[in-house]
Amino acid sequence: MKHSTFFTFVFPSLLAMTLLIVLPVASVVTQSLYAQHEQVIETVQNCGPFGCSDEVSVNQEATKALRDAEPLGRFVGLDNYLNRGHLAAGEVAEAWRASDGIGDFWNKLMNLPFYSAIIFTITFTLIVTPLTIILGFAIAVAVNSANRTIRGPLIFVSLLPFIITPLVGSLVLFWMVDARGVLGQALQWLTANPDLSVKASTPLMWAMLMVYGIWHAAPFAFVVFYAGLQTVNQDTNEAAMIDGANRWQRVRYVTIPHIMPLVTFVTLIQLMDNFRVFEPLVSFNAAAHAQSLSYYIYSDLGGETRLLNSAAATSVLTIICIGILLSPVLVRTWRDFKGA
Amino acid sequence: MSSKAQALPSGLKFFLTSFLVFWVIIAAFPFVWTLWGSFKVEGDFFSKANWAFALSGQMTEAETGAAFTGQGYEGAWVQEEFWRAVMNTSIVCFFTVAISLTLSTLAGYALSRSTFNYAFFLLIAALMFRAMPPITLVSGYLLPFYEWNLWGRLSTTIVVLVAINQPFSLWMMTSFFRNIPKDLDESAMVDGCNRFQAFRHVILPVMWPGVITTGLFSFLLAYNDFPVAAMLLDQENQTMIPKIASFLGTTQTKGNVMFAVAAVVSATAPLFVLILFFQRQIVSGLTAGAVKG
Repeated sequence: MKHSTFFTFVFPSLLAMTLLIVLPVASVVTQSLYAQHEQVIETVQNCGPFGCSDEVSVNQEATKALRDAEPLGRFVGLDNYLNRGHLAAGEVAEAWRASDGIGDFWNKLMNLPFYSAIIFTITFTLIVTPLTIILGFAIAVAVNSANRTIRGPLIFVSLLPFIITPLVGSLVLFWMVDARGVLGQALQWLTANPDLSVKASTPLMWAMLMVYGIWHAAPFAFVVFYAGLQTVNQDTNEAAMIDGANRWQRVRYVTIPHIMPLVTFVTLIQLMDNFRVFEPLVSFNAAAHAQSLSYYIYSDLGGETRLLNSAAATSVLTIICIGILLSPVLVRTWRDFKGA
Repeated sequence: MSSKAQALPSGLKFFLTSFLVFWVIIAAFPFVWTLWGSFKVEGDFFSKANWAFALSGQMTEAETGAAFTGQGYEGAWVQEEFWRAVMNTSIVCFFTVAISLTLSTLAGYALSRSTFNYAFFLLIAALMFRAMPPITLVSGYLLPFYEWNLWGRLSTTIVVLVAINQPFSLWMMTSFFRNIPKDLDESAMVDGCNRFQAFRHVILPVMWPGVITTGLFSFLLAYNDFPVAAMLLDQENQTMIPKIASFLGTTQTKGNVMFAVAAVVSATAPLFVLILFFQRQIVSGLTAGAVKG
């Protein structure tokens, strides 16, 4: 295909991505280096019958005029990254010096918003991704062994948790585990603790968020693995059987090697999707117990005072984290491409 | 199927069947329960006294005189004007899917037929864009959109969703076009067509399965989106999902949480119908990327 033809075909799509993905990233990086202008403070001398006094007040008009004239604010370099809301260099060093033992240091770290968000996000990603793959594989094997006539309805039901809007799906689960909901009461009955409430307990909230994550993503892994199981070479399987391989050995040495490339694919997609975990935190109203990077950006953007610069700094750090997360894949793809 | 290698001993068969029943309950029960509960009053669906009230509907009978009530739906659709949000969602979804498909069909075709390095780099760049959480981009949009007075419009949201959709659609369309033999359009070009005519007359008629599948996923992305619509639209033209989220924040008074339950059921119904009709396409779409490894 000629260069010019290629670009004619690709141009509209490229334009959309450049304008609304590349430039916003540039805009995020720029904003993260600026901070809103501080309020204009005036000192007015009030002279009354009992002498004069200086009064400090905020000049609202001047502040507004200044902020409107320069909406980007003033240049502050890396301050946004180093302040308490993000990398918190000073606080971490202080906590390291002052804390007795690693546990204490950990607690202090969890009180810093950025660290608590990144720790939750990474924990969530690392726990949900493998469990999703295992559950998805189990469902695929089970459906594959089911009667052919009921496979269609089984796939239909299995797709529900995945296709459902994340915010809606997590709400549906949240209402059920509410202290007044059916699962919440079942939990209270099981643990014989009538005051048990997911809303009030940090470990339970984390567990519930991860349960949601697995419930939501397992169907995706299932569908991919199920499609893979359809193409397992039956001749190889039977040959292995004749050679005396038992059931487990056939799964281990025939099925799993066949599925392996699909596991890589599902892992890649799941790492990306779990790292952006966001909607369940909104639905579960979990801010008091758990924060993810996406939720941290959202809460900065959404509040009364829109903390655009703080959100921008978190966004840049998030994008860097994703770059690190994906670097093995990118390096491998690059090698494959070079080799090919 | 009658192959001996696939026959299962009865113990394993029983285990797999019970696991399957377990999974079906986990997957479907929350939806059935919420659908049932949406016709009750809050006192039953969120019962302090006894969870079985949600089944028997005691409070619902006491408050409304019947075992089922449409109060939640009436409150959400009429009183809180949920229908407006439904209209907005329809507009956003329709235009997002239409524009996104047009762009990604053209680009996907070119990417699948090009052997140059930059085609590869474009796909890798798209993969990286796909990995970025939409909310990180949204924080880049807000300031310029305020300044240029673009914030709070449906059209802005549509354009943003189209762009966020592109990386994924590009990958999907490219992998579908790779399955259409090159010989097809190349022989058309030997016969004297140029690239555009070959695309128009030869590829266009055979590409519909791929377009429909990609369209389905673009629709799901636009329909399920929360971060973009929540941050870029104002109260008047909210779409469904942010509207449901706002029910949660503002309707703490008694009975109103049932508005949210009814709205949630209303928002789920179209997706249910979608899977019913397009199950095959959804499955093939989910595996399209995987086949390439």
